[in-house]
Parts: sequence; C-alpha cells; structure tokens
Amino acid sequence: MFDLKKIRSDFPILDVDIHGKPLIYVDNAASTQKPQSVIDSISGLYSESYANIHRGVHHLSQKSTALYEGARKTVGNFINAGDSKEIVFVRGATEGINLVASSFLEPILEQGDEIVLSEMEHHSNIIPWQLLAERQGAKLSILPILDSGELDLSKLDSLLGPKVKLVAITHMSNALGTINDVGEVIEKAHARDIPVLIDGAQSIAHIPIDVQALDCDFFVFSGHKVYGPTGIGVLHAKAQHLQSMRPYQGGGDMIVSVSFEKTEYNEIPYKFEAGTPNIAGAIGLAAALDYVSELGIVEIDHYERDLLAYATEQFNRIDGLEIIGQAKNKGSVISFTLAGIHPHDVGTIMDMDGVAVRTGHHCSQPVMDHYKIPATTRVSLSFYNTEAEIDQIVISIENVKELLG
Amino acid sequence: MSDLRELYQEVILDHNKNPRNFGKLENHSHHANGHNPLCGDKLELFIEVVDDVIKDIAFTGSGCAISTSSASIMTQFLKGKTLSDTRHFFNDFHDLVTGIPISEEQIDDMGKLAVFAGVQEFPARVKCASLSWHTLMNALDSEIETAQTED
Repeated sequence: MFDLKKIRSDFPILDVDIHGKPLIYVDNAASTQKPQSVIDSISGLYSESYANIHRGVHHLSQKSTALYEGARKTVGNFINAGDSKEIVFVRGATEGINLVASSFLEPILEQGDEIVLSEMEHHSNIIPWQLLAERQGAKLSILPILDSGELDLSKLDSLLGPKVKLVAITHMSNALGTINDVGEVIEKAHARDIPVLIDGAQSIAHIPIDVQALDCDFFVFSGHKVYGPTGIGVLHAKAQHLQSMRPYQGGGDMIVSVSFEKTEYNEIPYKFEAGTPNIAGAIGLAAALDYVSELGIVEIDHYERDLLAYATEQFNRIDGLEIIGQAKNKGSVISFTLAGIHPHDVGTIMDMDGVAVRTGHHCSQPVMDHYKIPATTRVSLSFYNTEAEIDQIVISIENVKELLG
Repeated sequence: MSDLRELYQEVILDHNKNPRNFGKLENHSHHANGHNPLCGDKLELFIEVVDDVIKDIAFTGSGCAISTSSASIMTQFLKGKTLSDTRHFFNDFHDLVTGIPISEEQIDDMGKLAVFAGVQEFPARVKCASLSWHTLMNALDSEIETAQTED
C-alpha cells in the first residue's frame, strides 16, 4: 500500500496555499509537479557536476556526459527499449512527432498517400501530420471514436489501405482518459507493413510501458508529464528506422566529420541530437523516472484506478454533472460538463477553493466537436491525490452550482 | 468567496441567464465573429448603424458567464450611442477590466458596464469580458456591408 503521507511530503509544492486554501492539484494531465529528488538532481548537477557533454577531456565534462548517458539508459529501461541508442532526447512529445514527420515520413510520403490518425488525438499529433500532408499532397484518414470515448476499432481495417504510410495514435487520451488498445492497432498495421507511432504523452505516467512488447515503431513522451522537468522529452524509435532516417536538425555533436564538400553524420542516436542538448533536463527526467520506478508503476496504476473509481462514483452523484468519456479502460482523467454552466466559470470558482483544474478544449478540438461541446472541465489525478481531496473537489463543484446554478 | 461575488455580481448572473438582444439582426450594416480559442467562447455580433448612431445591435453565440453577460450588457448600453462615443467607451471598458485607473466621472458615465470592475482581479478572465468589445471594434472597422436579409 502507498504511504501517501510520505509521497506527498516528497512534493514541496503540495504544501503551498492558494487563495488561503490548501492546494488541490488535479491538472496532472497538463503537467505534473516535481518531487524533491528531481529538484535536487538539477540543482546538484549545476552546483557540483556541470559542464558541456561529449566534448571535453576534463573531469566535469566526463562527469556530465556520464550522467547524461546514464539518463538515456534509465529512460531505455523505463520503457524496456531493446537498446538505449534507440532513445533520442528531444524537447517533448511534440518535437518527437515533428522529428518523425520530418525525418522519417516526409522522404517517403507521396502525393495521394494517407496518414491514419484517430479522432481523439491531441493537436500535437494532428498538426505535424497535417502540415506534412499539405506539403506533399497527402491526406489524413481519421479513425472515429464512439460516444463511450473508445476508438471504433471496427473501422480500422477499412482505413488501412495500400496508400497508408503511417498510423499515429495516442496511447491514452488527455481529454477523455481512454486507454487505447494500441496493441491491436499495431498488429493490424504491421500485418500490412505500415509503421505505427504511439503518442505516450499521457500513458507514460500511469501505466507500464514496454516498447518491445508493443512492437511500436515510434513512441514519444514528454518529461514534464511524468514528474520531470519541462523542455525534455523522448523519442523511442526502432534502431533500423533511426539508421535509415535523415537527420532532423544540423549542428554540433551530430556529426563525425565535416568539410564543405561532405559531412559524415554521427551514429544513432546522436545523429538526431544537434547542438548542446538539455543536459539538466535529461538528468532531471532520469531522476523522475527513478522516483516513479521506486513507487512502482504497477502500484501507481492500481492506486490511480481505485482513486478514479472513487472520484467517478462521487462525481456521478452530482446533479447536472455529466462525465465525458466513459471508456471501460480509462486512466485517471475525468472530463465533465455541468448543465448550464460554462467550464471557464467552473475553473475560476474552483481555483478560489484552491482546486487547480483545466478548463477548455484540452488541445483536442475534434473530441469537443464529436460531443458537440465547446469545452469541458477536467480533473486529472496523480498518485499524490487523495480521496479526501476528491471530497473537497465535490464540495467545490457544489459551490460552483450554488453561485451560478 | 468575496472576490467571487465581486466578479459574479447579480447583474452579471442575470444577464448570463437571460441575455438581452440575443439573436440575429436581419438588417445590419456591420457584422463580425469573435472567438476566444482558449475557452471556446464564440460570438457573432450584428450592428445597424444609421447616421453614425448605433440604432440596433444584437448578438448570438455561446460562452462563459462573463463573456455572455458582457455582450448582453454591452448591447443594451450601446443602443443609441454615437460611433465616437462607442470608441470612447471601448477604451474606458478596456481600462476598467485591466485595472488601469479611470476617474469616477468616467465610471459614472459607464453605467451598468461598471459591474465588470471585478474582472481586474482575475487576469485570466479579462479576455472573456472584452471579447464582445473587440468583436464590436472589428465589426465597426470592417468595410460597411450592405444590409443583409439572410445569413
């Protein structure tokens, strides 16, 4: 069982008061808070071990390089990558997707080709493909969702035609909480030799990830959504893809030799890490993944599912509240509407009670369009949230109704 | 709760529940759409200007309590005002909701618009309160359209 008191004491921000009330932070799908160990790893690096990496023969450069490359191994282990050279550090899931669009798909995407996405994608897993499709004269094919918030997988076979060059799909919806059966999508796509990118921005913090078992071609996630710093993220790609892909950005560190006639690129993953990378970010991310591993991602998953079940039960008792997204397999996200009350008003009033929720379209306008709503209020839970906090949130929602109902 | 009552005054709640001048104007000389992508507020504004005076004004759309009531109170307030007065009130309203000091005389002149003074304590909501006003300015600054009889 979780030692909640200990866990909460690991996160200094959870002691902060907001408008004179104890903070109840339930905007974890937007970004997670940081444990002291992550904060310490970054300040420790800068106060004791910092220098540029992969360059100097001096002591600190070697120390920083070892920490940075150690972070790559930690990431590789966390998602069970076959080899840590398949781990490319990027700014976040968004950059990971853009990298795949530019370096993998663009050279092979021709006019009339198709990219399959789902209706529940975050804008970051739509726009890079849309931009590319517009440039190349290709088109997007959309796997629809059911009203339950689940993918309509019965439509998948008909979408996977001969023109499809990639399937890009989210592992867990940030707007609905749905955890998708990406294994089935990958299997069906691979049966037709179509590569698959999995957007793991949400799933990474909530469920065990095994990229070898999934057999996905690409997996992306952001550090800040898994208790790490902002500005660091990961692209995992099968080595065979990284080998054949063209570089993303040019610069230092991604080359073996340079002359004005010809440049020989560095081996993977360095070929994709031009310039001095986010050294502290990678090291902070590794500290975050160590923290999560110490708690145990399986235990986290169990705890959060219990908490979600409790919250769902309490929320369903609130008159006029409708939960958007009722998938059978759901991560700890509750998106809801309140009859006659706009989410933006809900968010402001709950904030005055110290409750941090997200309101809006959650960068998933196609999802909002599906349900014909402009926005929702979203409570997204972490392992540091408690049933007592859920009870306070319910009181806060009742306050909203009292003021605006 | 006291700050919230400042923001969500009774007048605002009333106009949110029963927005005035809600609907389309068939005979309008000016028209614009407003959109606040952050919260999904959408507003469509219709204005009939005759001899530099706002003869009629109406809006449709969906939004939060602040943006809906702001549009409602704005349309009620501006009916019969000249275009130069309207631009003047746009500036005063902008100052009011962003917390730029304005004189008591200006506040008196603003009538019911003054209920939005509480918005300045909620920076995230300034855009909600000012959406209808920015849409108004876009409508007035656009080329004068011929009166439309249908959408």
